[in-house]
This record gives sequence, C-alpha cells and structure tokens, in this order.
Amino acid sequence: MEKASFRKAFGEALVEVGAANSNVVVLVADVSSSVMTDYFAEKFPERFFNIGIQEAGMVDVAVGFALSGMIPFINTFAGLFLRTVEQVRTCVSYANTNVKIVGGYAGLSDFKDGPTHHSIMDIAVFRSMPDIVIVGPADATEVKKILPLIAEHEGPCYLRISRADTPLVFDENHKVEIGKGVIIKEGSDVTLIGNGVMVYRCLEASKILEREGIGCRVINIHTIKPIDRELVKDSAEKTGCIVTVEEHSIIGGLGSAVAEVLCDVHPVPLERVGIKDKFAETGPDFETLLDAHGMAVDDIVRAVKLALERKERR
Amino acid sequence: MIHHSESLIFDLEEKARKLRVEALEMIHRRGQGHPGGSLSIAEIIAALFFHHLKIDPENPSWEERDRFILSKGHACATLYVALAYRGFFPVEELKTWGHLNSRLQGHPDRLKTPGIEMTSGFLGHGLAIGAGICLAARLKGFKYHTYVLLGDGECQAGILWEGAMTAGKYRLSNLTAILDYNDVQLDGPVHEIMPLEPLREKWRSFNFEVIEINGHNMREILDSLDMVLEIHDRPQVIIAHTTKGKGVSFMENDAFWHGRAPDDEQFVKAKAELLKEES
Ligand SMILES: Cc1ncc(C[n+]2csc(CCOP(=O)(O)OP(=O)(O)O)c2C)c(N)n1
Repeated sequence: MEKASFRKAFGEALVEVGAANSNVVVLVADVSSSVMTDYFAEKFPERFFNIGIQEAGMVDVAVGFALSGMIPFINTFAGLFLRTVEQVRTCVSYANTNVKIVGGYAGLSDFKDGPTHHSIMDIAVFRSMPDIVIVGPADATEVKKILPLIAEHEGPCYLRISRADTPLVFDENHKVEIGKGVIIKEGSDVTLIGNGVMVYRCLEASKILEREGIGCRVINIHTIKPIDRELVKDSAEKTGCIVTVEEHSIIGGLGSAVAEVLCDVHPVPLERVGIKDKFAETGPDFETLLDAHGMAVDDIVRAVKLALERKERR
Repeated sequence: MIHHSESLIFDLEEKARKLRVEALEMIHRRGQGHPGGSLSIAEIIAALFFHHLKIDPENPSWEERDRFILSKGHACATLYVALAYRGFFPVEELKTWGHLNSRLQGHPDRLKTPGIEMTSGFLGHGLAIGAGICLAARLKGFKYHTYVLLGDGECQAGILWEGAMTAGKYRLSNLTAILDYNDVQLDGPVHEIMPLEPLREKWRSFNFEVIEINGHNMREILDSLDMVLEIHDRPQVIIAHTTKGKGVSFMENDAFWHGRAPDDEQFVKAKAELLKEES
C-alpha cells in the first residue's frame, strides 16, 4: 500500500492555505525543519516567525496576532505544547482567540527520541478546554483536505500531525467536514472507531476479523472534539459494541470521548485500545513501538473479541 | 589555584577524543541521534566525569555526590559513553541504545540508567531543578556541588531564567551552569533564530558570576571548574565557547548535523578525522 508523509502533506497544505489567505501567519519554535513549516518560510518569509525555543511565549505572541485579526498557525512538537497548557487555557480557550495549534511528532511517531518526546496525553489535556476544536487526521490526504477547513473555522483548533509515513487510507475523492465522522466500511457485529495512524490498523484488524465471520463497521473520527455524537450513537445501536483505537493514552482521548457519549445516550460494551496509563519507551522504529505498547493489529483483534463476549453476555 | 599537569591534560584530551568517537559510533550504529551537540561537549564531559566530579559508580546514589544534570538531554550519547567508561554500567550496553527494553533511552531517563541524575530531553528544566537541589543541600548541610550543562538555544526558554533568578536570589554558590555556546541550534545559527547577546550581561544581571572560556581547551575547562569552587556568594556560569560538531569538518557549525546520523561513508570519514588528530 502506498505510504505518504503526514508532515510533508501538512507543510505543503500550509503553503496553499497561506496563498489563499494573506492573514495566515506561521510561528515555530526552532523545529521548522522537523515539522516542515520551512516550505511556508520559503514562500512567505514575511509571514513566518521563528521565535526560538520559546513554546510558551510563542502561544502568547500568536494570541497577539489573533487579536489583530490574523490567523496564526503555531508549530512545535505535540508534547511541547504541554508546556503551554496555561497559555492555551487562559489566552486561547478562555479568551477564545483564533489560534491554530499544530502539534507535530504526535503520538509515538518520534519513536527514536523516547517518552519525553512522545505525545500521548495532548488530546486529554486540550479536550478539557472549552471551544477548542481537536482534529487528528488519518492520513496525508486527510491532512490536506482538512487544513483549509481549520483555517476557515473561526476559533481555536488543535491539529495533531504524525511524524510517520503511513499507508494512505483515503484518495482524492475523500470528503471531510469538521465534526463529522467517516464510515469507511460497514459491518454489523462491532464498530471499530479509530483516529490518526490507527485507522489503517483498524482496517487491517477488520480484515482478519471478517475472515472469522465477524463483521466490522470501521469509522474514522478525525474530529475528536466536537465528536460526532450521532454517529457514535448510531453505531452503538446498530452493532451493540464498540472498540476505540487510538495512538494516545486511553485516559482522556478518543476512547474517553466515545465512552462519554455512550454513557449519555446508549451504553454498550466498549473496549479501548491505546496506551494503558504508562509511558512507552524509545524504539527502533514507529511500527515496532506501536506493536510493543498495546496498539498492534492483534491487540485490536483481541479487544474486538472481548467486546463481543461482553455483548453476548448481556 | 592548582596547576594541572601536562599528563592530566593529555589524558583528558584523549578521553574527550574517545567520547567523540564512541558517541558518533553509537549514533551511526543506531541511525539516530544528535551528533552536533554531542561533539561540542566532549571536553567538558571528559573533564567532569574523568576528573572533577565527586561521584561513585559503585554507589550512584551516594548522598554526598556531586550532582550533574545534562539539561541539553539530546546530547546524551556522549554522557552515556562517559558513564559506561566510569563503570556505571557495562560498556557493551552502549550497543543497546534505542532497542526495545534498553536501559539507554533516546534521552536521559533517571529511572532506567545508573548515573543519570535527572530525566531530560525537553529543554530548559535543568537550572531550576539544580536550584532546588542546592536549596535542599543547604537545608541538609551537604557540601556537594551541582553542575548543569545547558545549550545556547536552550537559553531562549523562559523557564531557564526563572531558575536563574531563583539561584541568584538564594545566592546558590554551590550551583554552576556550564553553557555550551556553540551558536547553532536546530533550525540554524542562534544569533539568527533568536539572539542571546548581550549574554554575559544577562547572566551578570541575574546575579551570576560569569567566567568565559574556550570550551575545547582542557586547561581552561579545568581551571574554570576550580575557580567556581572559590566563589562563595553567588551561583556561577561558565560560558564555554565551542563549535557544534567539533572535530568532524563537515559537521562543524552546521545545523544540518543537529539531529541526523551519518551514513556509513560519512561515519568512516568522520572517525578518521577524529582519530587523525592523534598523530
Ligand atoms: C523545550 C524544547 N523545545 C524544543 C526542543 C526540540 N529541540 C531539541 S534540541 C533543539 C535545539 C537545541 O539547541 P541548543 O540548546 O543550542 O543545543 P546544541 O546546539 O548544543 O545541540 C531543539 C529545538 C526540545 N527538546 N525542547
């Protein structure tokens, strides 16, 4: 299957967004070559600001741009935005400023640098802040489709970008709408709800399960907040059990978001695949690290069987 | 001040060379790591770990040991080599860097690696943590000294100056910051990305004693490390002027080599350059 780079797609899409709207400015904290904002820097040097190793300060500078009617995209590693939690809470979320936060190297994709550089609680933290739209695209195609929508959206956004090259799930005909989940595949026994790089792994798991006669509905929830409540409810009703799959702590991320909806509207058995309340470790490559820390395709298959068992026991 | 013998200087310079060669070997073997900033600290790490620091590999948690924090944690390859050769763990184990279940993480992890005082990797934390360690030492009546190795790009981080202010307020004379001033960060030259100058004046205004040295000159390093022990009324910073990628011509002063491993051919060339100085 064809692989593509999230961050390259992002870097290129950012140039297009900048070309379409001269109010777009880009800030980065000394990781331009890593998160690929250097394309933008080359094209629009006057709207590009590298402010050095000053993540917290970068957020507030961006707030200044936003207060002046501009659309700042601020960039560093997702894990580093945790350093800016208070700035984001007070000056972006509470003050509701139009700042676009782009967390690169998300999840375990910076496999080589280890747990300091992994980002497995960013969604949990930012999801608890009112009015921030949170998006984690499934592949490079989705990154390109969704970036212009984020630029157009009035209000704060948090966008999660992997460092990895991953298989393309979608082609150019893919339709994206912020807040709307995407049914990739229908099936009646269980629903797999994934996001980010795990969507591809959901599809792989579904193939194995289908060979065993287990029909999987597979859904991509690119917008974790506001989550597509209707689609979660519909899936609970139609398949009677759900497995969430995320490259994030199972505390506070996609799994929690789905659990919250189920509690509210239609409780059914739910299994959560993700990182189980621990730090990972440094790994030799991205896929190996996912496999070693609870996000292997086999882990998804096992979780589905558990969910089905629980469904049958009811 | 003590006069350091020629033979000590020579011995430590050879240690620095060994650190360079083996750190680069680790980075090359793994295909990952940070050569530039690992090479620029070789003399400083050699002076500290093979001469100056009061530490005990047999007893890494000896309460009265000197403390060393690698605040610029990405340069850990050099530190790992030093710790291995000082006997904190087997030299063989250096080969496991980056493998699953290795005690050597991509960035320093105090819970996994013997001799690592504090976990680091995201920049800016070391000085404030060092200030806390020194305040605790004062309360507990310990005389040990705390050294924090900083990057120059790292000095852009606001939190670093919060630590500096605290150290200044409490006149933490047992705290020494060593600044690896190689003038290159991840994206380019420090003086372009976010200038630090006037830097000496910044530290002075935070009530630090400032000592400036050539960070590749072993005698100057040893003298400065002795000098800071004579200062009893304020924290100190040793501004060590260095070259990022020092010793490998094609890596020197080039941000390209901040976080990229050399390929086979480049490694052979680099190693030859590092070893040739010997003759
Ligand atoms: C707070 C923080 N921001 C960004 C990074 C990513 N990063 C790793 S090293 C580095 C550049 C560091 O430059 P410097 O301190 O000058 O180190 P050196 O040149 O000695 O390697 C950056 C931006 C990080 N590790 N921590």
